[in-house]
Amino acid sequence: MTAFTSLSRAMLLGWFRDRSALFFSILFPLMFLVLFGGIFSDMGTSKMAVIQVGKVPLLEQSAAGLGDVLEIQKSDDPAAAREKVRQGDVVAAISQQGDALQVSYSAADQVRSGTVQGVLRQVVAQANAVGVPQRFTMTAQQVEDDSLKAIQYVTPGLLSWAVAMGAAFGAAATLVTWREKRILRRLRLAPVALGSVVGARVGVSVAIALIQTAIFLVVASLPFFGLRLSAYWWMAIPLVVAGTLTFMAIGLVAGGLAKSAEAASGIANLIVLPMAFLSGSFIPLDAAPGWLQTLSNVFPLKHLNQGLLDVMVRGQGPLSVLPELGIVLAFGLVISLIAMKVFRWDSV
Amino acid sequence: MGSTIIVNDLRKHYGQVRAVDGVSFSVEEGEFFGILGPNGAGKTTTLEIVEGLREADSGTVEVLGMRPWPRNAKLLTRIGVQLQATSFFERLTAREQIRTFASLYGVAPKKADDMLGQVGLEDKADTPAERLSGGQGQRLSIACALVHDPDIVFLDEPSAALDPQARRNLWDLLRQINESGRTVVLTTHYMDEAESLCDRVAIMDDGRILELGPPASLVRGLESVTRISLETGTLSVESAAEIAGPGASVDDDGVSVTIGTDDPARVLTALAERNLLTGIQVRGATLEDVFLNLTGREYRA
Ligand SMILES: Nc1ncnc2c1ncn2[C@@H]1O[C@H](COP(=O)(O)OP(=O)(O)O)[C@@H](O)[C@H]1O
Ligand SMILES: [Mg+2]
Repeated sequence: MTAFTSLSRAMLLGWFRDRSALFFSILFPLMFLVLFGGIFSDMGTSKMAVIQVGKVPLLEQSAAGLGDVLEIQKSDDPAAAREKVRQGDVVAAISQQGDALQVSYSAADQVRSGTVQGVLRQVVAQANAVGVPQRFTMTAQQVEDDSLKAIQYVTPGLLSWAVAMGAAFGAAATLVTWREKRILRRLRLAPVALGSVVGARVGVSVAIALIQTAIFLVVASLPFFGLRLSAYWWMAIPLVVAGTLTFMAIGLVAGGLAKSAEAASGIANLIVLPMAFLSGSFIPLDAAPGWLQTLSNVFPLKHLNQGLLDVMVRGQGPLSVLPELGIVLAFGLVISLIAMKVFRWDSV
Repeated sequence: MGSTIIVNDLRKHYGQVRAVDGVSFSVEEGEFFGILGPNGAGKTTTLEIVEGLREADSGTVEVLGMRPWPRNAKLLTRIGVQLQATSFFERLTAREQIRTFASLYGVAPKKADDMLGQVGLEDKADTPAERLSGGQGQRLSIACALVHDPDIVFLDEPSAALDPQARRNLWDLLRQINESGRTVVLTTHYMDEAESLCDRVAIMDDGRILELGPPASLVRGLESVTRISLETGTLSVESAAEIAGPGASVDDDGVSVTIGTDDPARVLTALAERNLLTGIQVRGATLEDVFLNLTGREYRA
């Protein structure tokens, strides 16, 4: 084994056996994923109210079975119906023009509107199966602007936060503990190149971030959450790697400033957590005031977030996130320079 | 046999503190060399300059014919350094620790496992380093320093914070290491440790070497007293003074009566005549007395 591989192995083992690191980099973000992306799916059992605008023959044809699931109200005023949806009084407004069924739903109630859409799709499919040739179509439209379904939004946001946190904490804690425990000095006494030490640490952080990404994507893609990745999701990998490097640098700054491992984690948390809120990792920034949206641009996490959203769920092409990738790396470079300034080999 | 370490007029200061203030010494091949002194004497600073961890302000160091500063990878493969017991990778077992260090020197895992056995830790191989006792941790640390078969081994206060039994075990291990032909350089603030282990000791205080030589000759050089102690009550202070004769000191601390004399043979004969030799303690001059003599201060580690 070379110095690089044996050091990487030692660090990876150390991380893997650290319950709190495992918790904070994997379980904790997953808990958020469950909370944000899945908790409402339990509520789908009660009857859901929808509003029928004008005549919708398709609904009436199959009303017998639908009555168990949907409580169908009627209205002739499309505007009033949409307002009711917006208010959350009903889950969806349904209208039919010729062969086309149109569903308006609210983004505020992702899960129930999703269920209603699912039910209606089935209705359409059944009708089409009976009446050959197929003729009915269905379009669903959100009453608000077209932001994304909860899990679609939540996954990239939480992933960028988890990666940022894992990298920053990993780097901060390693640096301080290694300094406190004098492993850095011990390594200086062995004939290993500094590059192997740094390289191993970076490699391990990147590996951890990719493990996080894999676990996240697998969990969010479970039927229960229903994440649908777009074609170029793999562009998330270079983004995650770039984000890891940048947040490692932030962790190194925290580790350089802090005197103890606890303080280092504290500083890293103090930087990453507010940044996650202000960068839209938890809550979409679309509804935030304009000044906040502008301010968010000074945070690398915002750009990481943006890039991940674009390629993972918005279906944008691989080249479209190159600007974000560049911005994240540029942040990383600048912060690395600061990290080098505050770096100390020894605690004395 | 030449000198493996030659240190000449080494100086290092931190602000106003002269941590090392003109230190010179040399260590022969195969020697067990000790640097003895109280905390803050400058032992660690001296040792770390020799190892190549710190840069001296002035003076020269040559180890195995090479300069340790700037970092010299060729030299690093020939020296083994034991830092504090805690300089281990987190959450790795004893075996994983030593194998990791071994691989840094290109040494096979098998050799690492053997080394673990040599320091008597084979049954602790799967214990995380954090859960080893103080003595076990020191032994693992020493094993890690020896794994690449270095010519010189540096140990910085290896027995600090160990209980007496663990210290004795450690001393045996250190003697073995030295007997296997390696040069050993050790710092300590325990007088008895230096006396019991070292071929030569440098007594250091305030950044300077006060005296250098084999422990026995340093002690012999003193016009020093021998202390003879008896249990309080077996002999009254008056009769003790009478036996000891003029020029001797008698002291009773409530536990034992201690006679300090420069003619122990005569006092012991007198005590024997009175049948008072049971439970008696005789202590010759120690390095502590040397230190007292050199600095005028009582030795406090
Ligand atoms: N990195 C440092 N910065 C400032 N002062 C130091 C540093 N290292 C050692 N000293 C000072 O130098 C003196 C000698 O320290 P040291 O070599 O550690 O002594 P010892 O090992 O004999 O206890 C002490 O007064 C200590 O405070
Ligand atoms: Mg010291």
